[in-house]
Amino acid sequence: MSTPFRVAGHGRVDRSATLAFTFDGTAYTGHPGDTLASALLANGVHRVATGITYGRPRGIVAAGVEEPNALVQIEAPFPEPMLTATTVELYDGLVARGLGGRGRLAATPDPARYDAKHLHAELLVVGAGPAGLAAALTAAGTGARVVLLDSAPECGGSLLGTREHIDGRPAQEWVDAATRRLTAAPNVTLLTRTTAFGHYDDHLVLALEKRTDHLGAAAPRHLARQRVWRIRARQVVHATGATERPVAFDDNDRPGIMLASAARTYLHRYGVLVGRRATVFTTNDSAYDAALDLADAGVEVAAVVDARPTVPERLSRACAERGIPVHAGHVVTGTSGVDRVSRVHIAERDGRGARRHGVDCDVLLVSGGWNPAVALFSQARGTLRHDAGLATFVPGGPLAAVRTAGAADGLRTLGACLADGIAAATAALTALDIAVAPVPVPAADTELPHPALELWRVPSPRDGVDGAAQFVDLQRDALVSDVFRATGAGLRSVEHVKRYTTVGTAHDQGRTSGILASGIVAEALGTDVADLGTTSFRPPVQPVAFAAFAGRDRGDLFDPVRVTALHAWHQEHGALFEDIGQWKRPWYYPLPGETMDDAVRRECRAARTGVAMMDGSTLGKISVQGPDAGCFLDRLYTNVMSTLKPGRIRYGVLCGVDGMVLDDGTVLRVSDGEFLLTTTTGNAAKVLEWMEEWLQTEWPELRVHLTSVTEHWATIPLVGPRSRDVLAAVTDGLDVTADAFPFMSRRDTVIAGVEARVCRISFSGELAYEVNVPSWYATSVWQALYDAGRPLGITPYGTETMHVLRAEKAYPIIGQDTDGTVTPQDLGMSWVVSRKKKDFVGRRSFGRAENLRADRKQLVALLPVDGHTLLPEGAQIIATETIPAPPVPMLGHVTSSYRSAALERTFALALLRSGSERVGETLYVPLDGRTVAVTVAEPVLYDKEGARRDG
Amino acid sequence: MTADSSLRPVRTSPLAGWDPALPPGLSAREVPFRTQLTLRAAPGGAVARAVAEYLGHPLPGPCTAHLDTEVEVLWLGPDEWLLVAAPDRAAELTAGLRAAIGDAFGSVTDTSAQRTVLALAGDLLPDVLAHGCALDLGPAGAPAGTCHTTLLAQAGVTLVVREAGPRQAWLFVRSSFAGYLAAWLADACVEYGAG
Repeated sequence: MSTPFRVAGHGRVDRSATLAFTFDGTAYTGHPGDTLASALLANGVHRVATGITYGRPRGIVAAGVEEPNALVQIEAPFPEPMLTATTVELYDGLVARGLGGRGRLAATPDPARYDAKHLHAELLVVGAGPAGLAAALTAAGTGARVVLLDSAPECGGSLLGTREHIDGRPAQEWVDAATRRLTAAPNVTLLTRTTAFGHYDDHLVLALEKRTDHLGAAAPRHLARQRVWRIRARQVVHATGATERPVAFDDNDRPGIMLASAARTYLHRYGVLVGRRATVFTTNDSAYDAALDLADAGVEVAAVVDARPTVPERLSRACAERGIPVHAGHVVTGTSGVDRVSRVHIAERDGRGARRHGVDCDVLLVSGGWNPAVALFSQARGTLRHDAGLATFVPGGPLAAVRTAGAADGLRTLGACLADGIAAATAALTALDIAVAPVPVPAADTELPHPALELWRVPSPRDGVDGAAQFVDLQRDALVSDVFRATGAGLRSVEHVKRYTTVGTAHDQGRTSGILASGIVAEALGTDVADLGTTSFRPPVQPVAFAAFAGRDRGDLFDPVRVTALHAWHQEHGALFEDIGQWKRPWYYPLPGETMDDAVRRECRAARTGVAMMDGSTLGKISVQGPDAGCFLDRLYTNVMSTLKPGRIRYGVLCGVDGMVLDDGTVLRVSDGEFLLTTTTGNAAKVLEWMEEWLQTEWPELRVHLTSVTEHWATIPLVGPRSRDVLAAVTDGLDVTADAFPFMSRRDTVIAGVEARVCRISFSGELAYEVNVPSWYATSVWQALYDAGRPLGITPYGTETMHVLRAEKAYPIIGQDTDGTVTPQDLGMSWVVSRKKKDFVGRRSFGRAENLRADRKQLVALLPVDGHTLLPEGAQIIATETIPAPPVPMLGHVTSSYRSAALERTFALALLRSGSERVGETLYVPLDGRTVAVTVAEPVLYDKEGARRDG
Repeated sequence: MTADSSLRPVRTSPLAGWDPALPPGLSAREVPFRTQLTLRAAPGGAVARAVAEYLGHPLPGPCTAHLDTEVEVLWLGPDEWLLVAAPDRAAELTAGLRAAIGDAFGSVTDTSAQRTVLALAGDLLPDVLAHGCALDLGPAGAPAGTCHTTLLAQAGVTLVVREAGPRQAWLFVRSSFAGYLAAWLADACVEYGAG
């Protein structure tokens, strides 16, 4: 297979090997070292995509990340959308197609691994072009930790695509020597194929390394395909280079119209001629390098169109030597062509399009000047200033820890860039008090180019709307006329124009279009672009796949799975698990053939009539110690804790300063100076932090220490009328009678040889104990209780049964039956709010008129009249049997809903407006297009007298 | 109340049986059942001095640990330390420390089962840790005895550098997170040819 545009004697691709690939259904070949774009161009393919709005044919514009047009979809080996053909390294078996702006994600999970890694350094150098390499070499000699990144597969930056000399030798020799030295230096981390995509606070720079993308199907499965590097360096040098920008003119979007530097890069780096007959349109000297190099490589350069009134003598002579016609003071006014540019129309710049004539060609190479790549520097809060000589924006000056170097600094010669890289690294390290030995600047070209002309666009010679065929942002299909429409609508800020026109919002972040848009806005408004400025630069500077951000936090590692010490036992006994925050808690333990309803009914019955046990280890537990512990708890809980006697327990409610319920739990007084309190599972960390905050910021005078012991203690509720028998069976000498071991007290004992704290606490209304042991012993003690209870049919139960049991007793679950707008009074728990205490957190709010309204939402029970409908949690409550026309007045909502074995019916808890007053009323819950009649009841439905507590 | 000596209670550590396939260059094992006591006391105050005298060495300052003594001490916060010793010494040490503290304001809490310990070692350790820990653990900034309470991946850990590099480190992790952390470590090693 021939690749007709590959030229001998140029390029860094490995021609000894051939890679087969498919693009838009056609088979082609390329070589290692090619990008998809260079391989396509080598095959003479320019048209690769279609404009998203107007459907016009589009080609390859650039040779790097700035590519605005050539978006491709990779189909094989694994689908990946929205990549630029200019950055996809070619590999064997690649299947891709051009995109009209929208790609597709794979329908199957990505089998590749992605990861992240942290990296620390004294100096980070972004960009391994001449300035970056010089900076890194300077720093490498000091022994300081240096990180050097570059997006490309190899170092060299612009030197890979030009024909310059350093120290009298081809620049590539210097690049190779520098790369070897940096690779060998133990203090240098050199990362190629790595793009810094964001510069964040405190000089955290994130970079994406594409580690195995270029290997295609041959990528080793165990290696992360892409890696997000999280780099913290004390000093950062952005040697990010510069991006050539185009000029807008009529029909400037045809395939074959490219940046002049790109054509030069395709020649020198890839050995590819972008066409046979080229026209060059420029506002500055740099495009002449492309014209001359291409001419020397055999391309017929039909014309150089220079918008400047005079052409520098050196350049015009070089063109004349090669027979290249130069048209000074001329501009390109438009193009012709079908799938590719075939003719360029040129005219005198000040001639208003008169004496227009055509030049036949198959490529048009454009240079409107160079924009330093300042996105990362700008993200670091570096300021920009307009440089009239360069006709662009350049860094205003270094920050304390962030600098720019080389072309990113606005420098235009290789010699200056090398010197700037050395100076930037020296300044950065000197700021860290790291001594830097003077480094000689390699000898290279320092002859300054002639001044560029600031030219953003060429007015349309055609009749009709000006700029209606002039593209500013090729990817967004945004036109010069769109920019004019924005300014015509009164927009004055480039930020507003950006959002109105979408210029600069595509994958390329406006690298080629952003400053162009600023210039055109300035023209429209008759202002100076210097005053207008640029739009903000935001991370990521280049698209990053979500898979890369997710890294290894997927599947089982997506979120930590927390398990209790008893988890293995639960698994072995068939438990299904419920996610409670990060915890896996047993939900229910179905026996073979049982449904969830069956299992929960059986578990509930065991707890109400026999004996049952559950794993309550996830309860938050905080040890509160110190002489002022009682006083501290009195200030936080709504009731009094300081009067508790050692060995006694009290239920307590915590409210926020707004008087709304924050959490609840039990408080055990261990000794005079020590309390152990429990929190709900989900609030354990929050309550501890909240308590510490009060202690540290409001009441530092209190002598109290808080220590989390949540995971030290495993907690096993032993529940049911026969629980006493089980406890008696596993303990020796513990008097378990109700008088000797009363409700809300604690006894220490030994179970299975383990010292255990047993508390008589009930969250079900039944006689119940909570057995607490250090979590190492949880399984032994659980098994001992289980074995002792087997003759009594002891039944392990999960969170669902726990919920049913507590709901039958109207014990609220904070966060389920409450939502941050519910007071203890709303829950029917006025009894837990002390009237004696002078103050506690939340107390003031209880006196507010709003808190005293009778029509607050209050906790009630709802009994479906039919006895069997299970109301969905979250269902709304209305007053009428038929649903009235909207807006429908909502009286409240269902917070908890279950089937009750004990009540032999379904029931629910709800927050209901004026709920207490409505007890006995019939209300309605809309459900599936009908309404369900429900009777409002006092919330406690089971054992209202509390007779079952003592067994 | 004492345990019946005729019954030897069976205990199980959070990572009992953990035997991951690790690449050459990394070893990992659980150090179970360490005695761990949380000390809260004002830094430099009477309690800190009394505890230091009882232990025979001063309490370590910020981000450091006092290692290689009978009771190792980890700095957890401005007024918080973790005292770590061989298994089954909680009762004796708690009593001794409380006696040393006397009536002064300081607290000692048995938190032995709150966390377990992963001992990691090898040349790969810096790389593996760098996948999940944001801190600079290079030898210059983190010599032996460095102690940070931080995140490793999504698990809170107290990381103690026992040999600079770090070539050896102990991770103290909440018991409930131990399984996650172990799984994360094993997965981190896939990159380096584990399994």
